[in-house]
Amino acid sequence: MNPYASRKYVIGGIIILAGIIFLVRLFLIQVVESSYKSTAESNARRIEIQYPARGLIYDRKGEILVYNEAAYDLMVTPGQLQAFDTVDFCRILEIPRSEVIRKIEAARDYSTFKPSIFLRQISSITYAVLQEKLYKFPGFFVQPRTLRKYPGDIAAHALGFVGEVSEEDIEENPYYQMGDYIGVTGIELAYEEELRGNKGRKIYLVDVHNRIKGSYQGGRSDRKAEVGRNVVSTIDAGLQEYGEKLMTKFSGSIVAIEPATGEVLSLVTSPAYEPSLLVGRVRSENFRQLSADTLKPWFNRALMAFYAPGSTFKTVNGVIALQEGVITTASEYYCDLGFHMGGYSVACHMHPSPLDFRGAVQHSCNAYFNYVYRAILIDPKFESTAEAYMNWREHVLSFGFGHYLQSDFENELTGFVPDDQYYNNIYGEGHWNFLTVRSLSIGQGELGITPLQMANLAATLANRGFYYTPHVVKEIEGQDQIDARFLERHYTSVDSIHFAAVADGMEGAVNRSGGTSWRARIADITVCGKTGTAENPHGEDHSIFIAFAPKDKPRIAISVYVENGGFGNIWAAPIAGLMAEKYLTDTISRPYMEEYVLRGVRLDQQ
Amino acid sequence: MRRSINILNNTDWLTVGIYLVLVILGWINIYAAVFDEQHESILDLSQRYGKQLIWIIAAIVLAIAIFLIDTKFYSFFAYIIYALSILLLIGVLLLGEEIHGARSWFQIGSLNLQPSEFTKIATSLALAKYLSSYNLKIKSFQATAWILAIIFSPALLIAIQPDMGSSLVFIAFIIVAYREGFSDVILILGVIMAVLFFLALLLDKLIIFVVIIGLALLVYWMLSRSPKKTFIAAVLIVVPAGLLYLLSRLELIVINSYYIILLAVAVALPFYLIFAYRKRIWNIYLILLLVVGSAAFTFSVDYVFRNVLKEHQQHRVNILLGLESDPLGLGYNVNQSKIAIGSGGFAGKGFLQGTQTKFDFVPEQSTDFIFCTVGEEWGFLGTSIVIGLFLFLLIRLIKIAERQRSDFSRIYGYGVVSILFFHFAVNIGMTIGLLPVIGIPLPFFSYGGSSLWAFTILLFILVRLDATRMELLK
Repeated sequence: MNPYASRKYVIGGIIILAGIIFLVRLFLIQVVESSYKSTAESNARRIEIQYPARGLIYDRKGEILVYNEAAYDLMVTPGQLQAFDTVDFCRILEIPRSEVIRKIEAARDYSTFKPSIFLRQISSITYAVLQEKLYKFPGFFVQPRTLRKYPGDIAAHALGFVGEVSEEDIEENPYYQMGDYIGVTGIELAYEEELRGNKGRKIYLVDVHNRIKGSYQGGRSDRKAEVGRNVVSTIDAGLQEYGEKLMTKFSGSIVAIEPATGEVLSLVTSPAYEPSLLVGRVRSENFRQLSADTLKPWFNRALMAFYAPGSTFKTVNGVIALQEGVITTASEYYCDLGFHMGGYSVACHMHPSPLDFRGAVQHSCNAYFNYVYRAILIDPKFESTAEAYMNWREHVLSFGFGHYLQSDFENELTGFVPDDQYYNNIYGEGHWNFLTVRSLSIGQGELGITPLQMANLAATLANRGFYYTPHVVKEIEGQDQIDARFLERHYTSVDSIHFAAVADGMEGAVNRSGGTSWRARIADITVCGKTGTAENPHGEDHSIFIAFAPKDKPRIAISVYVENGGFGNIWAAPIAGLMAEKYLTDTISRPYMEEYVLRGVRLDQQ
Repeated sequence: MRRSINILNNTDWLTVGIYLVLVILGWINIYAAVFDEQHESILDLSQRYGKQLIWIIAAIVLAIAIFLIDTKFYSFFAYIIYALSILLLIGVLLLGEEIHGARSWFQIGSLNLQPSEFTKIATSLALAKYLSSYNLKIKSFQATAWILAIIFSPALLIAIQPDMGSSLVFIAFIIVAYREGFSDVILILGVIMAVLFFLALLLDKLIIFVVIIGLALLVYWMLSRSPKKTFIAAVLIVVPAGLLYLLSRLELIVINSYYIILLAVAVALPFYLIFAYRKRIWNIYLILLLVVGSAAFTFSVDYVFRNVLKEHQQHRVNILLGLESDPLGLGYNVNQSKIAIGSGGFAGKGFLQGTQTKFDFVPEQSTDFIFCTVGEEWGFLGTSIVIGLFLFLLIRLIKIAERQRSDFSRIYGYGVVSILFFHFAVNIGMTIGLLPVIGIPLPFFSYGGSSLWAFTILLFILVRLDATRMELLK
């Protein structure tokens, strides 16, 4: 009937064909291709991190060492900006208009729709003024942050500091994200996981302009932030502050330990810095200045400096010799103003001679301890000097020298006690003997000991033969006890009976006439101490002192290093005495001694 | 009384049913697309979904009204309705409200009416009337001219608004003419022109010219079946073009690259003409005519676009072609649309669970991009059903058209098919990235009173004509 009726099939065919093409295409993008799903999710989700407050740090008496203060970052979302009163805005924030424009441009370069920091850490006063008027500045909002605050501004090296995470931190632990804070040193680093708490998150659905439209999955994937746990440190704030004051004029360190527990009462490193210098907007400038300081205030001498122990080491050699049975406490040696053997001489000072063991410790006789060390190394029990040496070395290591103490200071170092290979490499196997290593008898030579290890020695002597691993945190909120390694006694390889004579000698050194360290003497309490004087290539000898007090049931063990301070009794001994008295009685019975130390001028140089 | 019962008995309820299903699905998806927790009720009249409900009720009223009008009305008044709609289009250009840079709307109170939507109906009627006129020689020059005039006069007026999307819809009427025996040649010409029109704006002229010449050579080869002659013809073009190119590279002459092609064609043209004259091969004239015509058309579209249209109109056209408008780079809209549909997966995210459409990642999500909501929330299942419904409706309408006893009704039926198909194909093709972004609504689905009413009237006139097809004796 109609000549072109067949064309209906062409038309119908085109329609069907279009439909099939659509279905195939839809199948491909909806069912086969999966990338659209994730693109859609990242399109419409905004994850907001809830930052928990970092845990506080208390001293052993409950005084606050570190707390948090609210700070406010002013954020800007360029896409939501509208024209605003820049004059008022600049007046509130005290910044020039050109900076406002520059910062908005910078934010826009980063993202139009995502917020970025406009002004970091504005003060709470500025914030209070700004908050009132914030509605006039659409596109700006304030994000609360917390900053660390230090009421006493002390113990910088023990507490450590926090800083923004590095890229390595992020790579190592996916918990961290760009801009997060993390403990960098000290307690902040060692107890980072406890202190930081756990970040929470809120997932919002956002529209194309990044405006919040509701919560994602009705908030089911949201997580509440867990507040960081508070930590009670073993530091005694009063003692720490006093120690820092005493060290004002000196480079060096004071480490005080409670012998019965291994708790670190104070950790003074000098020169140091005030911890508040590393907080807030002043941080980067101060950081730069501190790094450039030639006195190296960053350097944590208490944990990281290797010093020779000097005469303090005679206590160690003495008890080892007693343990090995190569001497007794009654053994006497002559001192002819020194030790002379095989063309070698080691000088000694004026003191009565001969001396027994106690007297030798009291007078710190160099000759005596050369004989003692010689007796250790020529002990016929051993086939060679090297063998006897390695036996001696084992004893030394049992005092915590030459290896990590495993304290909770992340940056403690091992120190150094050479092994036989060390001397074999220098002199050849079998070609060295007592005379080669005789400096070790009086704590000079190759030994490298950190002040923390020295304080640990003082604690070991106080305990008559054992120590607890030194640690700086005694309680963690929500945790029954601290790490088990701090609750375990470490016995030295020397029996405790041999320590009594050393304690007697150390008592005499401080309290008897003719003792080497009278400046450490305090009223009514028996301080046991031992001076040391470490020769060093950088000028005058280091002044060293270790002590514990009282003699019976000691409550404090101390090591003091004053770099280039000369003989131990000059600076280190009085400082140790003052510290012990301060801690034990909270008074100073000898104000003239305190004044002497604070002036920091030697009597012979006045 | 007897007659009205007769009408209802003969009404194609299947079509009416599909219509209702599509309209309701559209309404639900508009609700989902602009859903706002503060305006939860789908009946909230301050929101688009509430308003759409009013448009739907009004559309059903319109459909019933159409059933009350005698069928003879349409064929009798076809030209008058057409003339009126042309007047409205002129009127809107002079008096219309300018919204988004286009004068497409009459604002009557709070109601915005878009005359171009209704012009489609008028043009369908006029075309049906003309093509069904007694003793029409459809392939005659006069008839061809009239057919093209009826179709493209409103298209031109709409293009001036400018509303390129609605204007392009009129190309669909070529399908109607084709069904009624319109010359294939003109059909092919029409397709070529449509393609060239887009390409002229989308691509560099140089590429277009090269493609045209390549196609011409291909056609010649197929007609002559002589590789040798085709090769010679190619050499005639390539050698002068190559020489000119070399000269310009050596900086001996300064010449725009597409003039190289034009000059090469100009050099080769006399040879072709002489060859064609000698051999008496008329096809060659046709091919040459096509090549020259295409080049001229491309050039003039480009010229008009650059020199006649104002800057903001150029922007409009560019936006319609998807060349502009996006803050995040070329193709942002289509990309977001594909993300929304693609993220739906097989079964979709579920009703009201779509994020891409609701949160404005997809532009125009309740109007031109409503299909994204279907894709995101109902997945491949949903999109297949919607496409299936449209295909079923279109095939059903072809069947209805073919069973008409009057030529007028049949031709009108094809008008309906053509319009619906064009909208369906271009709209969905656009959302899934197969076609450039041309802003036209998805019939029955997209938000908007004017388009819904126009599609309803368009469809129900056919249903009404169909219901009384038996009255006409053959």
